[in-house]
Amino acid sequence: MKIGVVTFPGTLDDVDASRAVTIGGNEAVALWHGDHDLKGVDAVVLPGGFSFGDYLRCGAISRFSPVMTEVIEAAGKGMPVLGICNGFQILTEAHLLPGALIRNDHRKFVCRDQKLRIENNTTAWTSAYAKDQEITVVLKNGEGSYVADEATLDMLEGEGRVVARYLDVNPNGSLRDIAGITNERGNVVGLMPHPEHAVEELCGPGVDGLGFFTSLAASVFA
Amino acid sequence: MARVVVDVMLKPEILDPQGKAVHGALPRLGFSGVTDVRQGKRFELEVETADEATLAQVEKMAETLLANTVIEDFVVRVEDAQ
Repeated sequence: MKIGVVTFPGTLDDVDASRAVTIGGNEAVALWHGDHDLKGVDAVVLPGGFSFGDYLRCGAISRFSPVMTEVIEAAGKGMPVLGICNGFQILTEAHLLPGALIRNDHRKFVCRDQKLRIENNTTAWTSAYAKDQEITVVLKNGEGSYVADEATLDMLEGEGRVVARYLDVNPNGSLRDIAGITNERGNVVGLMPHPEHAVEELCGPGVDGLGFFTSLAASVFA
Repeated sequence: MARVVVDVMLKPEILDPQGKAVHGALPRLGFSGVTDVRQGKRFELEVETADEATLAQVEKMAETLLANTVIEDFVVRVEDAQ
């Protein structure tokens, strides 16, 4: 499987994401935000980092990068898209996912090993996990507080679209401890914590994040 | 030339951590009597003429880029000539 990893100006986790894709057994293809070309990839990762969109709202300007036109169209046709951190913000700004991410309630940047529960293991990106499996991956954000109106939150809960929830600590004030969500079809997933930093024993808290990069093969070839 | 101002504010039900921080700082500086602070953004757009078509355009800009209408409200107005 060829998985595209988009680099926006200022992106800092694109190399980690590409490495995670490779360790997950897929081929990583570098995509540039300014290109109108997905280079024939089977899926796309919008990696984390601090994109130039942060000047207005996180992800607001990157959402209009040329490559996003292709990503939005492909996502609509069912292509798997994973947005991590800044990538999650871009997906909400692009209205591929509901809600928004705002500044952490305690106003501080937070960096920690974060425990999560994978509540939906039927998405393109989480099928490698068991339902309700608890994992620990890195979390680092300043504007990671997930918000949406009550009706949207109820809809997400009712349809099982909360993919991952924070355990033990809510690091940023996200409503209902939501760490990640998916769209109706289950091909688009947005996640605030960083599974790509937890794919090798040498760095990070373990390899619990690897499932996000091995799920795709399992779900597509199942 | 004319100036069109777009004021963007987080919707009332959305937590505003920056406003809260400012609110917390005021009493420490000896300012009392403020019960709440909300912080927003102000955009000043210089345009040729603030006619109806232009204002319609600015509305479009506001809802497309300047504000995220999921969490923010905005108001467009023409600033009086100085």
